[in-house]
Amino acid sequence: MMDDFLFRAVVGGVLLACVCGPFGAFIVWRRMAFFGDMLAHSALLGVALGLLIGVDVRLGMIATCLASALILAIGQRQARFGSDTVLGMLAHSTLALGMVALAFVQGVAVDIMAYLFGDILAITMGDIWLLAGGGIFAIGVLIWMWRPLLALTVSPEIAAAESIPVERLRLIFMLLMALVIGMAIKIVGVLLITALLIVPAASARFFARTPEQMAIGAGLFGAASVLAGISLSWHVDSPAGPSIVISAAGLFLACIVIAPVWKRFAA
Amino acid sequence: MTAPLIEGRGLTLSFGSERVLDQVSISIHAGEIITLIGPNGAGKSTLVKTLLGLQKPDAGDVVRKAGLRVGYVPQRLAIDQVLPMTVKRFLTLTRTASRTDCEKVLSQVGAAHVIDAQMSSLSGGETQRVMLARTLLLRPELLVLDEPTQGVDVSGQAGLYRLIDEIRHEHDCAVLMISHDLHLVMAKTDQVVCFNRHICCSGIPETVRQHPEYRSLFGAQEADAIGIYTHEHDHEHDLSGHVVGACGHDHSHDHDHGHAHHKHDHDQPPHTQSDAANQQEAVPQK
Repeated sequence: MMDDFLFRAVVGGVLLACVCGPFGAFIVWRRMAFFGDMLAHSALLGVALGLLIGVDVRLGMIATCLASALILAIGQRQARFGSDTVLGMLAHSTLALGMVALAFVQGVAVDIMAYLFGDILAITMGDIWLLAGGGIFAIGVLIWMWRPLLALTVSPEIAAAESIPVERLRLIFMLLMALVIGMAIKIVGVLLITALLIVPAASARFFARTPEQMAIGAGLFGAASVLAGISLSWHVDSPAGPSIVISAAGLFLACIVIAPVWKRFAA
Repeated sequence: MTAPLIEGRGLTLSFGSERVLDQVSISIHAGEIITLIGPNGAGKSTLVKTLLGLQKPDAGDVVRKAGLRVGYVPQRLAIDQVLPMTVKRFLTLTRTASRTDCEKVLSQVGAAHVIDAQMSSLSGGETQRVMLARTLLLRPELLVLDEPTQGVDVSGQAGLYRLIDEIRHEHDCAVLMISHDLHLVMAKTDQVVCFNRHICCSGIPETVRQHPEYRSLFGAQEADAIGIYTHEHDHEHDLSGHVVGACGHDHSHDHDHGHAHHKHDHDQPPHTQSDAANQQEAVPQK
């Protein structure tokens, strides 16, 4: 019989991977990886704020991610600085601010490593419920706006000409991404979450012919990476978060090798 | 006359200190084909985007017929390699459609054989045709084409213009088109609008060609080139028949049916020809 904590880790991890798949696909298509990174970095500030004002740190993380997404959505409207500069400034100043704020939190020993690299084996039933609720919400909204969001990803001009509310969809997508990243940090951490989003999506690209296939494939590759990572961690006693990312990267490398062969059989 | 599909009144827009649109008033009525011509940087695309509502004017109004269905073909479409997208999926980008309907519109534009191809593998001419096919699924009342022959080789351009003309007759829609292919465009256009930040002159091609502002905008040489084209109008069939063939996938096949096509040119309606041509074309692909 599987140990309880292992069972929770597997359920939580697979759940997260399934949510991250379609979002990761959009992040890859819309070239928003750096944006995701920035949101994740800001989450550490949320941990500090949560501890300082006595709110659940998970909510603190989600709240700061959402706030950062909003700030960025406004910041990107200006043209003076490139969006990579704006992202870089926000990412690292919020991270630094988070670290400094954590130093002021008194009486609590904060395991910063757990936030930087995740601690999937410490996942609680509460985390899983939060993940399930938030995940179903995020995926539900994404499915609801799937066709118009994809249209604007392909061509904002075509989308706008056909009366798709481009700006509103962009903002909603950014906020959903913030929600997913805020939920994911507990599991894979600030520094690794972007990998869980984009690596499985990149692997799925090799085999997909339509956007939908790639999104579902990303979820499957993500789930496989989580399972492989947890079992690697179990067998060689390696840290779980990095093991998941290593598994995802390993799968990607395997896909590079398999893809040409697979294409020949498919054709 | 009935109310226009789209009407712009006194549209004025500046980017910084640069005035791009200066008191532009233009209207498009049902079934009309209007071509905007003008030099690079004249603000043609900006005018079209303003009419479509993609760009807000500083002053002036755009009035659209309620519930107007617009099919928009942008100047270029660059679908990233990282986004897998079959032609079939692209056709249903903003609304659903059955495979049969997709096949139908693709064969109308002479691109039935690419239905399962990836968008990123298409040539410039094929991409334009697929984008046109997508708008046909929307049953547009107004087709808006921004430089439809961008990235299409010279021999394919005349074929594309003829296709646009066929579509306009068959679907009974108005066409608003930007073009700088002066010689090719003139023959099929009801109204030419010569545009450089303001409307320099407009009217039927013949009137515009005589207009001094038009001649000064494009120079006597270009203006005369169009004159020459008019004289060669009799040869248009030869040219187009050849060109449609050259646009397809396999050049050896296309050449053949290009000739066959040519023979039927005078006694068959144009869309029947292209349907037949596509059935021929599709077979050797499989």
